[in-house]
Amino acid sequence: MIPAGFEYHRPGDIESALSILTQHGDEARVIAGGHSLIPMMKLRLTDLSHLIDLQDIELLKGIEVAGGTVTIGAMVTQHQLINDQGLADAIPLIREGSLQIADPQVRYVGTIGGNVANGDPGNDMPGLMQCLGATYELQGPGGTREVAARDFYEAAYFTERAEDEILTRIRIPVPAAGTGYAYEKQKRKIGDYATAAAGVLIRIEGGTCADASIAMTNLSDTPVWSVAAANALIGTAVDATARQAAIAAAIDEIEPVADNRGPVEFKKHVAGVILGRAIERAASRAG
Amino acid sequence: MNDQTMTPEQRAANLKGMGSSRKRVEDVRFTQGKGNYVDDINLDGMLFGDFVRSPYAHARVTGIDAEEALKVPGVLAVITAKDLEPLGLHWMPTLAGDKQMVLADGKVLFQGQEVAFVVATDRYAAADGVEAVEVDYEELPVVVDPFKALEPDAPVLREDIRDRAEGAHGPVRHNNHIFTWEQGDKAATEAVLAEADIVAEEMVYYHRTHPCPLETCGCVASMDKVTGKLTLWGTFQAPHAVRTVASLISGIAEHNIRVISPDIGGGFGNKVGVYPGYVCSIVASIVTGKPVKWVEDRMENLMATAFARDYWMQGKIAATKDGKITGLWCHTTADHGGFDACADPTKFPAGFMNICTGSYDIPVAYLAVDGVYTNKAPGGVAYRCSFRVTEAAYFIERMIEVLAIKLGMDAAELRRINFIKADQFPYQSALGWEYDSGDYHTAWDKALKAVDYDGLRAEQVQRLEDFRAGKTRKLMGIGLTHFTEIVGAGPVKNCDILGLGMFDSCEIRIHPTGSAIARLGTISQGQGHATTFAQIIASEIGLPADDITLEEGDTDTAPYGLGTYGSRSTPVAGAATAMAARKIRAKAQMIAAYLLEVHDDDVEFDVDRFAVKGAPERFKTMKEIAFAAYNQAIPGIEPGLEAVSYYDPPNMTYPFGAYICVVDIDVDTGETEIRSFYALDDCGTRINPMIIEGQVHGGLTEALAIAMGQEIAYDEMGNVKTGTLMDFFLPTSWETPHYTTDHTTTPSPHHPIGAKGVGESPNVGGVPCFSNAVHDAFRPFGLTQSHMPHDHWRVWKTANRLGLHN
Ligand SMILES: Cc1cc2nc3c(=O)[nH]c(=O)nc-3n(C[C@H](O)[C@H](O)[C@H](O)COP(=O)(O)OP(=O)(O)OC[C@H]3O[C@@H](n4cnc5c(N)ncnc54)[C@H](O)[C@@H]3O)c2cc1C
Repeated sequence: MIPAGFEYHRPGDIESALSILTQHGDEARVIAGGHSLIPMMKLRLTDLSHLIDLQDIELLKGIEVAGGTVTIGAMVTQHQLINDQGLADAIPLIREGSLQIADPQVRYVGTIGGNVANGDPGNDMPGLMQCLGATYELQGPGGTREVAARDFYEAAYFTERAEDEILTRIRIPVPAAGTGYAYEKQKRKIGDYATAAAGVLIRIEGGTCADASIAMTNLSDTPVWSVAAANALIGTAVDATARQAAIAAAIDEIEPVADNRGPVEFKKHVAGVILGRAIERAASRAG
Repeated sequence: MNDQTMTPEQRAANLKGMGSSRKRVEDVRFTQGKGNYVDDINLDGMLFGDFVRSPYAHARVTGIDAEEALKVPGVLAVITAKDLEPLGLHWMPTLAGDKQMVLADGKVLFQGQEVAFVVATDRYAAADGVEAVEVDYEELPVVVDPFKALEPDAPVLREDIRDRAEGAHGPVRHNNHIFTWEQGDKAATEAVLAEADIVAEEMVYYHRTHPCPLETCGCVASMDKVTGKLTLWGTFQAPHAVRTVASLISGIAEHNIRVISPDIGGGFGNKVGVYPGYVCSIVASIVTGKPVKWVEDRMENLMATAFARDYWMQGKIAATKDGKITGLWCHTTADHGGFDACADPTKFPAGFMNICTGSYDIPVAYLAVDGVYTNKAPGGVAYRCSFRVTEAAYFIERMIEVLAIKLGMDAAELRRINFIKADQFPYQSALGWEYDSGDYHTAWDKALKAVDYDGLRAEQVQRLEDFRAGKTRKLMGIGLTHFTEIVGAGPVKNCDILGLGMFDSCEIRIHPTGSAIARLGTISQGQGHATTFAQIIASEIGLPADDITLEEGDTDTAPYGLGTYGSRSTPVAGAATAMAARKIRAKAQMIAAYLLEVHDDDVEFDVDRFAVKGAPERFKTMKEIAFAAYNQAIPGIEPGLEAVSYYDPPNMTYPFGAYICVVDIDVDTGETEIRSFYALDDCGTRINPMIIEGQVHGGLTEALAIAMGQEIAYDEMGNVKTGTLMDFFLPTSWETPHYTTDHTTTPSPHHPIGAKGVGESPNVGGVPCFSNAVHDAFRPFGLTQSHMPHDHWRVWKTANRLGLHN
């Protein structure tokens, strides 16, 4: 449980960080809270010679709510996400989800940027970001570009981000007023990744569902944002039949693997139960 | 108020003796981060050792190349079996009469086995060195199932002892067979089974788990070449035994070895055995002439140091139609892993598994245990229980439930009609034990009343109705357990470890000013010995507990003893403490009589003093007596006031308890919630109620972990699947339910203060209680047995199998 040796860099601005990253290529890696990266290094599953600590870069900090958009710096910790009242008012789903990540100790240092950039299917934020239709701003030697969270994840630990890019900010459209939300997660214990988790947004107009978004965590090698599941709700009263249809559609799209949390049949069943509960809670909050 | 005016009760309260919830004196340092653990020991020039471990569960080691490793800056040596062989140290004896490779000698038998020991100037260099050692393996077929291990064509795991006919515990019938241990009357039991009204049969599996103390195992070995003295600090639950074993293995004279157990961060049986890390550190220190530290990390601890349980217990229980048990039969297949490194008294290769008749008056019984080698880590230690007592308690408490189902009876009532009655003690069990004391009916009735058992059953009926009507998806289970433990090993006539009798000891010195120091052969790992043993002395000789220092764990200063595990400290060393205190009191009586100018028989002990009989105003306090022992020339009495006692207990002690818990189960997700837990413990005389409560809370939480999720799981290839705390369940305050504790007091008749030991009861009784609750919830749907741990997916699977998802 001791990592191999490495050089530690602590640049003060994004340009310096990028230049160190470019200089050392795949020998280098940025480190945010370190709570995904350091365990991998200690297990010697990740071997790198240069660690670039992002914590001194002001550009990557802060939460801003303006003009119908929330902008969150990559280095904002999960603890800060939970305790920012402006964010909780604008998008309460983020607080609800963040509170279900790991434990308080991890959340004090774990960042939203690290969580979404990591590409671990167990991370909760990627599903949440897909549910919310977030966009990631990536800055590389050639400039800045934006990638939708829904297009970002390719496979476990493989994302759209190029190795010489740094994720700087996350932009999230504030859901329409009255949108119901829920993040429901089954885990074995505090500090555990999801056995199954689901994020749901539901907007109800005149008793019928006008809009919905559904994403699931740790049930495939990427988060699963299911248009079909959402469509099964839209236009319905979100009654039991509609919920069952949404669940069936979502289960069709997930591909869980057996692990210590349980066999595939169990995970599929539980995914349905958890999603059903998330839909119910989100609908009950819509108004 | 002064000595003259205080009532005896006030004077007794001032002593903070037995019965007082005195605050733990240890906590002052622990809560301030001022403990002194092995890893806190840093010596000049100290080196660090780290292991190259096998990634395979079964493989031949065809080559070890250390060339690159030796080039890593800071790496000084890479030790392999070849280097240890000339010293005869490439294998070492285990506590169970087997031997174990210190470093891989031609092959490996489990994943995580020690292959080479890298010694370096710091921990990081050692880890880099480990990474650079190249080992060639040739994979061999893996056996992780003990039943398959005994099949005729199973691969031979232990080629070193291939084709032997006799093992350490009698004849063996297969290369992977370690022993058969039989107890009781086989013919009589089978006759009863053949003719019984009812026979319930079940396979009860108690899965493999791990004690997982917060502090992992480690040591610092320091060979002083000038004095020729080896000092060994380590996480040892039995420092004196470690010294003797170290002397026997290494050939260093025993007086030239000093073993010190500093503060220990939990042991739970994991720190009883001798590990390759200790041997390698000693060798490395002798070779380099420098102190060498080795501390394993969490994954190494879970993967390679001693596991617990892994018992497949096939049971048959016979009864009359109205539920009177007439016989018990048990055949256990015990998975011991690659080496037999169980920590049991020599004559008990399956520990005290023969306590498996439990709290019940069972006229005949038979037990056979087959020990088996597999490609898993060695161990089989008593994880917060006396040797295999948890397995035994789980077995009988499951069999009772299975019998209740077969009889269609309430399991509480079935227990009641079969309990050993209070007037049957001392009770001779069918499997050979003499239970010292107990009053099970009183405890049971108190427990049932406390939880409103009938009310709970009525609620459960209503819940079931609601469930069947589709009004809820949650089932309710009521878990019952009445356990009887056997602790305090033990009488030297039948209990020894490596030939060392399992007595224990205490030495007390009273200083002139009336304060004292006591040293014991045991070693606290969190049990609070410094608090409770001082209380025994306080009550026995009338000096305040706050004025008594307690020391353990240094073999140069403490009297010899067999250490702390198996709830033996209070039953054995606690008895020695009382006996040593009584020797002091006897001498104090003579001194007092001299000072008061009366005959010895004319003074009597009165809380903190000796007073003249019939004239309580004429007295000498213990403080005065202590001073007199040092400043008066008393004819016929030696100066000084100290005593030592080595206590060989006449019998074990038999704590018991009645536990009841209520669980709610979500059949759709398999999630469980412990709604309430009531624990009544009878540990005889209660020395410190607060410490008892703390021990019960801790033990119940371990029991919760074991029953509900904690396991060491292997895949078919022998890979450990639960090697980190992400997958190995260690509950936090979040998962821990509220516990209600209670007690009855039935003192042990043969123990000097009547105490029985309590540290392990909650683990022993808690596991069946949690498990029975889960089973009970599904009883109406036809469940008789489902194996632990009852984690989400297994509970879900049970519900699924019973058709509850349709
Ligand atoms: C015990 C435990 C339990 C946990 N449970 C959960 C859980 O339930 N749910 C959950 O979601 N997470 C969980 N986590 C993970 C935790 O939330 C991590 O903190 C998070 O996944 C990563 O954030 P970080 O800031 O620590 O990133 P790091 O570990 O520092 O980095 C993670 C990866 O992202 C890359 N990276 C980081 N920042 C950037 C950036 N700005 N641009 C480009 N790449 C970047 C790093 O190079 C690295 O590859 C758990 C962690 C632990 C230790």
